[in-house]
Amino acid sequence: MPLVIDADHMSRALTRMAHEIVERNHGTEQLALVGIRTRGVPLARRLAKLLADITGDEVPTGALDITLYRDDLMRHTVGPQPVVRSTDIGFSIDDRRILLVDDVLFTGRTIRAALDALVDFGRPKAIQLAVMVDRGHRELPIKADFVGKNLPTSLAESVAVRLAEIDGRDEVVIEKEA
Amino acid sequence: MHGESDAPATRLRGKDLLGIAELSREEILLILDTAVAMKEVGTRPIKKVPALRGKTVINLFFEPSTRTRTSFEIAEKRLSADSLNIAATTSSVVKGETLADTAMNLEAMAPDLLVMRHSSSGSCHFLSRICRAGIINAGDGMHEHPTQALLDAFTIREHKGRIEGLKIAILGDLLHSRVLRSNVLLLAKLGAEVWICGPPTLIPIGFERLGAHVTSSIARALDGADAIMMLRIQLERMQGGFFPSLREYFTVFGMTPERVRLARPDVIIMHPGPMNRGVEIASEVADAPNSVILDQVANGVAVRMAVLYLLAGGAEHDAIA
Repeated sequence: MPLVIDADHMSRALTRMAHEIVERNHGTEQLALVGIRTRGVPLARRLAKLLADITGDEVPTGALDITLYRDDLMRHTVGPQPVVRSTDIGFSIDDRRILLVDDVLFTGRTIRAALDALVDFGRPKAIQLAVMVDRGHRELPIKADFVGKNLPTSLAESVAVRLAEIDGRDEVVIEKEA
Repeated sequence: MHGESDAPATRLRGKDLLGIAELSREEILLILDTAVAMKEVGTRPIKKVPALRGKTVINLFFEPSTRTRTSFEIAEKRLSADSLNIAATTSSVVKGETLADTAMNLEAMAPDLLVMRHSSSGSCHFLSRICRAGIINAGDGMHEHPTQALLDAFTIREHKGRIEGLKIAILGDLLHSRVLRSNVLLLAKLGAEVWICGPPTLIPIGFERLGAHVTSSIARALDGADAIMMLRIQLERMQGGFFPSLREYFTVFGMTPERVRLARPDVIIMHPGPMNRGVEIASEVADAPNSVILDQVANGVAVRMAVLYLLAGGAEHDAIA
């Protein structure tokens, strides 16, 4: 179970990403963050705080649950349904630059679902993507704008991002799939 | 809102929702928690998600209904299911077809879920044994009306933050009420103290065994109540001379502003509808600021979306990774 990112490393990566986000967007005006449940939400909150430290301005932050937009939802004829959690986007996304935040970018299917969900809330000016780990193996033409760490993996491995808010500590580990 | 879950369920065990009796406390909480997410969908500019794309739901109503049928239909459409309505008066039932034959014929067209209201208690259980499709009970005779109890619980939780430890008073036509049975079962499973109150002629036997306190004293039922749930006096089932007159009923058991003051100051007023104003409930009470009657209707859509979503995956089988 090799540790690939520890707490210090994660903190530095988030700080760097925050600076890149400010640079790319020429500030944070019109920017809003939307974290994808579960672990994208605390990551989005941390980035929002770092962005506020840099620019002095608060950035609206929301939470998006993509379960109802999953492309595998009704593919299996029988089986339990994934648990749906609440979406909470307390601002209009119309004409804003939306930065989607997630922990791991893998096949790209979660992001596809998130894009579908977002356009049901309005018409953003642009949508960007920030992820803590890009582990490759894309199945859709999707690419992240801001990446904490590129992590080449094999399909037999799984990547676990753990966050203090949920798991009690900050780390990224690669695990062999059982 | 989630304080009651200890070992949260992640799925429903059966293919059907036949009654509250068949649900565990954890399954009830799963439905209520899922409904929180579903309620948010109804606040979006585009109130529709693709979750049940390609699923077919048939609403089979053998009894009149506006609220429940509309609520199910909106819930189905918000989840992108293909839904259709069959009312008994326009179906082959009027030509003498039996329920089993009607069901088997519908089943041949491969629906995924059947939502049924029927005047016979147990009809949904009967259907569940002969159909492969999941059955959702939208009210069967005087037996159960599970989605009503679920939306009532959702509404109480939304206003009070919990259900455990609350005192809930249920008044009205207890004898003919499927809403009562579902509510008593559900509230008892979630740890509420339930008092049911009405004239002795309208009190069904056996509710003490389900965990309810039974009384004909309004003062005892309402003392310290956190929620008052009124049930409709079912005029169409009142041929038995259960009380002298509607006016007499209102005088002795009608919910008036004076009686509401017997409960806690922050009490909420509930009614599953349709209301008989001036019979079981005074208009001043029905329209008061602490009345959550229209919240119940709004929450009905979210709760039914949750039930449809959770059942559309089918019965317990191999987990999806």
